[in-house]
Amino acid sequence: MTDFIQMTGIGKSFAGIIALKDASLAIRPGEVHAIIGQNGAGKSTLIKILTGVYRRDAGDVRKDGKPLAVSTPREAQDAGIATIYQELSLVPLRSVTENVVMGYEPRTRFGLIDWKAAHARTREILARFGVDVDVTRQLGSYSTAIQQLVAIARAVSLDAKLVIMDEATSSLDDQEIETLFSVVRNLRDSGVAVLYISHFLDELYQICDRVTIMRDGQTVATHVVAETTKLGLVSEMLGRDASEIQAAGLTALSGGHGNPGEVLLEAEGLRSKTGLRGTSFNIRKREIVGLGGLLGSGRTEAARAVFGLDAVSEGRVRHHSGAALDTPAQAIALGMGFLTEDRKADGIIPHMSVRENITLAMLPRLKRMGAVDRERERELVAHYIDALQIKTSGMEQPIRELSGGNQQKVLLARWLALEPEILILDEPTRGVDVGAKFEIQSIIRKQVADGLAVLLISSEFEELVEGADRIVVLQEGRSVSELQNPGITEGALINAIAHHHERSVA
Amino acid sequence: MLDTNSFDLRRFLQGGGHSFGVWVALVAMILFGLLRYENFGSAYNISSFLNYNAMFIVISVGMCFVILTGGIDLSVGSVAAFTSVIAAYLSPFGIEVALPGAVLAGLAIGCLNAIFVVAMRIPPFIATLATMLGAKGGALVISGAQTISIDWTSNFTKLGMENAFGLLPWTIVITAFVVIALWVVLERTSLGRTVLAVGGGEDASTMMGLNVNRAKVFVYALSGGCGGLAGVFLASGFGAGQPLEGVGWELSAIASVVVGGTLLTGGMGTVGATVAGALLLGLVFNILNFENGRGVISLSAYWQMVIRGGFLFVVILLQSQLASRAKGVTQ
Repeated sequence: MTDFIQMTGIGKSFAGIIALKDASLAIRPGEVHAIIGQNGAGKSTLIKILTGVYRRDAGDVRKDGKPLAVSTPREAQDAGIATIYQELSLVPLRSVTENVVMGYEPRTRFGLIDWKAAHARTREILARFGVDVDVTRQLGSYSTAIQQLVAIARAVSLDAKLVIMDEATSSLDDQEIETLFSVVRNLRDSGVAVLYISHFLDELYQICDRVTIMRDGQTVATHVVAETTKLGLVSEMLGRDASEIQAAGLTALSGGHGNPGEVLLEAEGLRSKTGLRGTSFNIRKREIVGLGGLLGSGRTEAARAVFGLDAVSEGRVRHHSGAALDTPAQAIALGMGFLTEDRKADGIIPHMSVRENITLAMLPRLKRMGAVDRERERELVAHYIDALQIKTSGMEQPIRELSGGNQQKVLLARWLALEPEILILDEPTRGVDVGAKFEIQSIIRKQVADGLAVLLISSEFEELVEGADRIVVLQEGRSVSELQNPGITEGALINAIAHHHERSVA
Repeated sequence: MLDTNSFDLRRFLQGGGHSFGVWVALVAMILFGLLRYENFGSAYNISSFLNYNAMFIVISVGMCFVILTGGIDLSVGSVAAFTSVIAAYLSPFGIEVALPGAVLAGLAIGCLNAIFVVAMRIPPFIATLATMLGAKGGALVISGAQTISIDWTSNFTKLGMENAFGLLPWTIVITAFVVIALWVVLERTSLGRTVLAVGGGEDASTMMGLNVNRAKVFVYALSGGCGGLAGVFLASGFGAGQPLEGVGWELSAIASVVVGGTLLTGGMGTVGATVAGALLLGLVFNILNFENGRGVISLSAYWQMVIRGGFLFVVILLQSQLASRAKGVTQ
């Protein structure tokens, strides 16, 4: 079979930093093709070259065997290549129909937009996906899942022959992912190729036919997915030996072997307006306490309450020092830190440099005779860039230019630089690729061995099961049971969550 | 799910935004005027009200387009002052020359804004602040800071005095034409939808393959052209080019747009609601004049401004209340 898209020998560098060298990619018509690789491996750069966002420095791009020259997203669309980005690609303020037809609106005889036809076409395409929504409503009033499907509907309405999906499932729930997958299979069956970028290896096995692995700006290999193992893929991605990874486990946390010390923080019978209805747990020195439970079980709310972000109506939070703990300022003063879930909204300051983002919270401590001690600041930043292996062209690089995983590391460094006693981590590895995840987890484990206490919230059972020393299972705002590592399995955790669900129904 | 086929008045008026309040306030205001003042509904009052407010409507609609892209145009008032002088100088050649001449002059300044904003990537606030000062200075230079009388013998005078087709003054007819044309552009053309998309998300629009720069050039040029037309109306209304006029007009225009429920950050709003906003702000003065005419109270122009400010606040408050209630219903 001839390839639909063939990219060979692609090279690209930004301001002297090489992003791609001799990268290649071949996509056959009607296949679902995955690209995997660590952050900074060059996946997005390669795709942006294909979609006309960036221009390549070297190499050759062919479509159906003929040279393909696109220099704008519009030209790529016209060539049958549609991209669904994780964010930014649609306009939430405008209607569903507008987002589907924008730029290619059906016209009446007078050259004006034929809204009737536009709505009908949009409805028809969405109906094919089994989606029945009011297409005249604002796109933003619908769930992320619907928005993703609308983006795909746009691609379909443009007669795309290749649909590129960048982290399409990262904010969907299981049901929504299933719908998305059935749409993807639909596309494949109608001869449309799908290029699938995801950090979730499990998804690959569910939906993809072939996989291309990238590392350090180069294409390492392309395999038929059915002929690979998860371990094999990870080892190729990281460029490490498979046995080495197996010894460490797929996550780098491996809980339950520590030697926890005295109790640092104790939450007792917390109730709050945010939905806590009797949550109790404690955190000891040198241990990771996981909060397990379904979405909406009160995990984040419990963390917010102990950090003083939300008021508690009943129950109490006791810090070992006996000091009051009612506001985030008090919590921070007591040596607590909180790495929030939403790094875009709560965490990074995009225009500031990596250095500024790391030292923002600790500038008062860096003061010497009234002025910030620049030398110490730089030493400290250099230390954390090195310790956390943050990939950056230098400490003055704006943080927005870093990949998601590296941004997360910077935020982690910000808190670690404060040398906290207790650190709350809410989804610390979400949206982060496997390699960076591994690194972040190792860093956390190392800090814990040195005495840090961690409250870990994660919707990935794997991360909790392998990582936490103890897991407090939450359900509808109540702590219902506690599991102790070593010995917790994913099955045991799911059981603990499900079991209590049944009991609460009875 | 909503039945999409049934006609929904509220949604029609809102155009997906939250502009219901402006229509409620406008109708309430008109009813109040009709019931309280004998001559409020007279042909003379309506005609002279619209004739005077035509220039504000025109610049408000132009401003609406700019704000929809997420930009701002501070230069419109100065542009109107500048082009009113141009129109006065051109008036001896007749309306056929004076009107297009002044509009083209406004268009040229609008294009200058577009170059600053699109090609040179200067923030719109700064770029149009510069042209605001420049146009203001230009108006003073070419007029010698004097009002320039129009040529009373030419047909330029027809604009404000004579009725088109024996119905309404030319000013009002031209304004209505511009408003309808721009309404069609916004609602029914690709360019208009791109304007909205750009304000809703510039990066997303680029990714979708839309011509973002073309939309931006269009709105600044349009706003300049609207300023030019307002200048023509100004000259004809006052019988002279007015280099000192236009101060604060841009803020009135922004107020009309905002009262009309258009998001200042762009992406959502309609031409109709903007016109309603401009009419509403004009009506406040009109009604205060009637109230003064009853002889019970006597408010100075300064107090009228204070009242208008307070009124603006009330409408915006009403707007946000209605919007939050509408949200509660749909969710």
